[in-house]
Amino acid sequence: MSLLTLENVTLKFGGLVAVNNVSFHVGEGEVFSLVGPNGAGKSTVFNLISRFYDPFEGDIRFQGDSILKMRSDQVPSLGIARTFQNIELFEQSTVLQNLLVGRHRHRKSNLVSEIFFAPSVRDEERRHRAVVEEVIDFLELQAFRDKYIAGLPYGVRKVVELARALATEPKILLLDEPASGLSVEETQDMIFWVEDIKKQMGITVLMVEHDMSLVAAASDRVLALADGKELAIGTAAEVQSHPAVIEAYLGTGGRASDE
Amino acid sequence: MRFVFKRSYDADIKLFKHRPQALWYLALFIFVLALPWLVDEFFLGEATNVLIWAIAGMGLMLLVGHAGQASLGHAAFMAVGCYTNIIMIERGVPFLISFPLSGIIAGFVGVLVALPVLRLHGIYLAIATLAVSVLSDDFIVILEPWTGGVTGLVAPNIDIFGLEIDRYGTPVEFYFLTLLVTLAVLVGYRNLLRAPLGRAFTALRDSEISAQAMGVNIRRTKAIAFGISCGVTGLAGGLLGYYATAFNNETFNLVLSIQLLLMIVIGGLGSIHGAFFGAIVIGFLPQFIAITRDGISGVLGLGSVTIPGIESGVFAVILISFILFEPLGIYGRWIKIRTYFELFPFYRKNMFKRQKSFLKTERMR
Ligand SMILES: Nc1ncnc2c1ncn2[C@@H]1O[C@H](COP(=O)(O)OP(=O)(O)OP(=O)(O)O)[C@@H](O)[C@H]1O
Ligand SMILES: [Mg+2]
Repeated sequence: MSLLTLENVTLKFGGLVAVNNVSFHVGEGEVFSLVGPNGAGKSTVFNLISRFYDPFEGDIRFQGDSILKMRSDQVPSLGIARTFQNIELFEQSTVLQNLLVGRHRHRKSNLVSEIFFAPSVRDEERRHRAVVEEVIDFLELQAFRDKYIAGLPYGVRKVVELARALATEPKILLLDEPASGLSVEETQDMIFWVEDIKKQMGITVLMVEHDMSLVAAASDRVLALADGKELAIGTAAEVQSHPAVIEAYLGTGGRASDE
Repeated sequence: MRFVFKRSYDADIKLFKHRPQALWYLALFIFVLALPWLVDEFFLGEATNVLIWAIAGMGLMLLVGHAGQASLGHAAFMAVGCYTNIIMIERGVPFLISFPLSGIIAGFVGVLVALPVLRLHGIYLAIATLAVSVLSDDFIVILEPWTGGVTGLVAPNIDIFGLEIDRYGTPVEFYFLTLLVTLAVLVGYRNLLRAPLGRAFTALRDSEISAQAMGVNIRRTKAIAFGISCGVTGLAGGLLGYYATAFNNETFNLVLSIQLLLMIVIGGLGSIHGAFFGAIVIGFLPQFIAITRDGISGVLGLGSVTIPGIESGVFAVILISFILFEPLGIYGRWIKIRTYFELFPFYRKNMFKRQKSFLKTERMR
């Protein structure tokens, strides 16, 4: 069954067509990757799904319903969580506090009960914490729980961002270049995690990634974009060997295998 | 060296981190309760003044230090709280109703003022709120039938079920009333910070874009931050009215707004402690300057000279020194000293090398 569907989506920034008539669907339980050279429009697709931009044309549907009427802060409540290419964490907060913000969509308390810290708020806090602790265990972040983000190395921040997205208990996880800037070992961990997220947690993953080892190892299907247009769709191997994809990468001076 | 072992999630939810900390606060609490019997009336008045500053400081700290929204207009909300309270009292509303209500009204005015400027960030927001501060002066003059215009109003004695409270006549009672309000605000503030809304505020401060991606409604959360902040500041304004006993449009001028902001920067942005440390500095600075001035002129045999503008000058010097040498404020320095002793002898010099950037503009991607 299709969880997330993009239908003929187009977005222009002034004269630049960043996303050009793109259609694809992500099936439930699938790991779907977007690849393409720099400036292909991959992050823009994420920002469209997050409702940071209104598409010029087309429709975006989640579980069959259009999300174009929603504000960007309502999107997470559907069960759509994401990470950012350039890490957007809450720098002046601890790892724990960052993950707890991920619980915001499950907030049931109101202003008054929180000012008095009513027993219901306390119970909620314990439940949120329990979920967050599971995520911390899963991603092995125990040592960093009470550390401030501003003092953490890059690789750990990447994992914290993934953790925060998981703490929202999403149905679909949007990962924007989860392995960029990671060491070989860290990338290896990321491959395992993405597999576990799919298999054990049953969360659908839509991922933008340049590292073909991760794409090939983790993805069920891959869509290649260039200059906002779809080039090819299929398994990682099919897409990598597709003439249009090779051409697009050569055209921008990179290679499909190591970009 | 101290290790804190956490045995349950409640360790992070509780008001106090560990028993020694709770004991310290208990000692402090007993001290402030006993203060009227420890010091003379003049000093008690100064302590009351510091508490009023601290309430206003907490109000502004929530907005600037936690939600990351600048405001140079908070004197205006003190004015709203002060005037609405006295206006209601003059029309026969009992203090126990008029005082909380004046805070709520100030909060609502804050939301109304904030709504059109919610899209603004950093320096632009500061300028917009600055305009509020400037305008409030005119408004007070225009609304003369209620506010007394430039002549101003005189605060009558507080009457709580026949208990008359007057800043000069019954300074002890006035101190305890102020202390009670301070504690109420303090507990509410602490509670908010450990609840989802408090975390949404800090999320807003650090990254609007990902706060949004986590489901935080930016506009609403900002409006709530403004509302609570202005409401609390309004309460401080109400108390300031009684403290000053008489006030007019000049009482709540732009300088007061700036002093409020200075206070929380000096105290340390982003912590409740900062509001209190800042309040102590701002509250005692005039006395401190007067004493040093008299001392210096005494030594030099100059008699009692007054140098105009010396207070603002000293303020400016203190502020600039803080921004240059201690951007984390007094609280930041305190944390460093404490960590030094807690970790002794393992403290490293670069342990606190993390930059604070509260007024950063919105980024994308
Ligand atoms: N807010 C914006 N305003 C104007 N142009 C933009 C904006 N965001 C993206 N673009 C442009 O849209 C195009 C697609 O950008 P996008 O960030 O989606 O690329 P990408 O595929 O994620 O590339 P990369 O691999 O470098 O992350 C680029 O040419 C970019 O310059
Ligand atoms: Mg990108």
